[in-house]
Amino acid sequence: MRVTGSRYIIIIFVIGALVLSACGAEINRLQNADMVDSVTLTNKGSDTIVNLALAWAEAYHATYPNVSVSVTGGGSGTGIAAMINGTVDIANASRRMKEKEVDNAKENGYVPVEYVIARDGIAVIVHPQNPINRLTLQQLSDIFSGKITNWVDLGGENRPIVCLSREVNSGTHVYFLESVVRMGNKNDETFFSPGTLLLPSSEGITSEISQNPNAIGYDGLGYVTDAVKTVAVSPSDDGLYIMPTIKTVIDDTYPISRALYMYLPGEATGYTKDYIDWIYSEQAQSIVEELGFVPVD
Amino acid sequence: MNSKMIFNTKYRQLLEFVVEAIIRISGYSAVVFVGLIFLFLMQESLPTFGEIQARDLWSQRWYPIENYFGVLPLLSGSLIITLGAALIAIPFGLMTAIFIAEIAPLWLREILKPLVEVLGGVPSVVLGFLGITVLAPLVREELYLPTGLTAFTGAVLLAGMAIPTIVSVAEDALDAVPKAYRDAALALGATRWQTIWRVTLPAARSGVLTATMLGIGRAIGETMTVMMVTGNAPQMASGLGSLFISLRTMTATIAAEMGEVANGSLHYHVLFSIGLILFLISLTVNITASAVLFRARKRTERLLS
Repeated sequence: MRVTGSRYIIIIFVIGALVLSACGAEINRLQNADMVDSVTLTNKGSDTIVNLALAWAEAYHATYPNVSVSVTGGGSGTGIAAMINGTVDIANASRRMKEKEVDNAKENGYVPVEYVIARDGIAVIVHPQNPINRLTLQQLSDIFSGKITNWVDLGGENRPIVCLSREVNSGTHVYFLESVVRMGNKNDETFFSPGTLLLPSSEGITSEISQNPNAIGYDGLGYVTDAVKTVAVSPSDDGLYIMPTIKTVIDDTYPISRALYMYLPGEATGYTKDYIDWIYSEQAQSIVEELGFVPVD
Repeated sequence: MNSKMIFNTKYRQLLEFVVEAIIRISGYSAVVFVGLIFLFLMQESLPTFGEIQARDLWSQRWYPIENYFGVLPLLSGSLIITLGAALIAIPFGLMTAIFIAEIAPLWLREILKPLVEVLGGVPSVVLGFLGITVLAPLVREELYLPTGLTAFTGAVLLAGMAIPTIVSVAEDALDAVPKAYRDAALALGATRWQTIWRVTLPAARSGVLTATMLGIGRAIGETMTVMMVTGNAPQMASGLGSLFISLRTMTATIAAEMGEVANGSLHYHVLFSIGLILFLISLTVNITASAVLFRARKRTERLLS
């Protein structure tokens, strides 16, 4: 019995080894075949841009079948960190690179090159049954920094306010902090209130707001669905209240809008250059508009 | 070439040696891996202490993008959520184990035990999804809370993940108590409950303790579920009342922020320090558990001899 037992084991090992090596050879062959006539560009970063980047990647691959662009999200900080560490070809960001990040990249031998690839309005959203229709920037700042904690202070129902924000690695978070919570004042040290919920995705924010009448949050214009209500925002106390639309973002009347960026770890060359050039084509910029973002010239 | 030649003595000795070596290496490897992980964590987290002071780490604001690295909110968040999960999971899990091992008829037992183990195999992201869509709105409406994304929601789901572990291990331990113990207790006129509480459960205590520790270990290390349902607000937790506000755990912080950091930055080192804290916590839990077990075993040996 023992002898047959070991023999079985040996046979299994031998078969296993043969199968594995065969697989390995097969995979190698496939990879080699792929290497000859196709290229994969890696593209990572902002979750705001990820749907747009995916749509671009698909359209580009349809036109140029030998180039595929692999797109992943994770947040602007994630994409920029990957570029600094040299693991992606193109980083997506919904904020500009910080000086510190540029320095880090230079230390690693990369000189980042910036492209503004689209514009985005950030919509402030509440539950559909919330009677509040409009807010000023100052009120938004007070809400998210925790100075106003009940809807009744804004003329709404007697309900506690629950603030929702994206995680700190999101460019939208940083942008909202700088231009809404701190109202563009660089020396302002106001923070999001510690009770602000930090949700890992745009979808998380939309789904919580659609079911919680206490909640208020923000999301890129492209992510707003019918399940939530968008609030009109006024830049000053006596000004007009403006709804975020493609038109108001282009003519810059809506106060919470920003540029979306792509960063390359050096001057664009070869396939990367072709891709970036294509992004500024009419075809690519019409995809921008389809997804609820705002095209650039 | 026949089989007699292949399996001669020398070959067998060689085979014996190889198999023995493989087994020995696997045995030692666990220790080596733990050691290496610890060394790696130390190496990546120690630079933290050169760059910021311990006082800054031991503070109450966590806002890494502006260099506030107070880990207290995260530490207290993890502890309170784990405590909440343990308070739910331990009684519930032990009662289930007792029911399955001692009370349920054989046919029911054969259905229940595999079902509980299947529950243990549900991926955490699926539980998290259920938490967001079903449990969180329920918690908000039934408990009149501002939001359902609270530590309590996380604790309930973590308890759900710890219970299968607790039930499975504790049930095995109860099952291993010799039938003679129960017969003796019943013969002395003890009721069924007295038998369970005074005889079976104490006899199985080491297994029950292991079950509890494994369950808690699962709860404190869980990441995905808590990241999805606890709201991740870095607030200080103080006392059990904090279960009903949003909290941020250490695991969720590492998961949410590790992708963002540049290798070698201060934030990167601080995240590794948090990993080190988690490692030390689970090490302490395990060492305490084995120390308690060891003491208990020695006492039993004394009593029996």
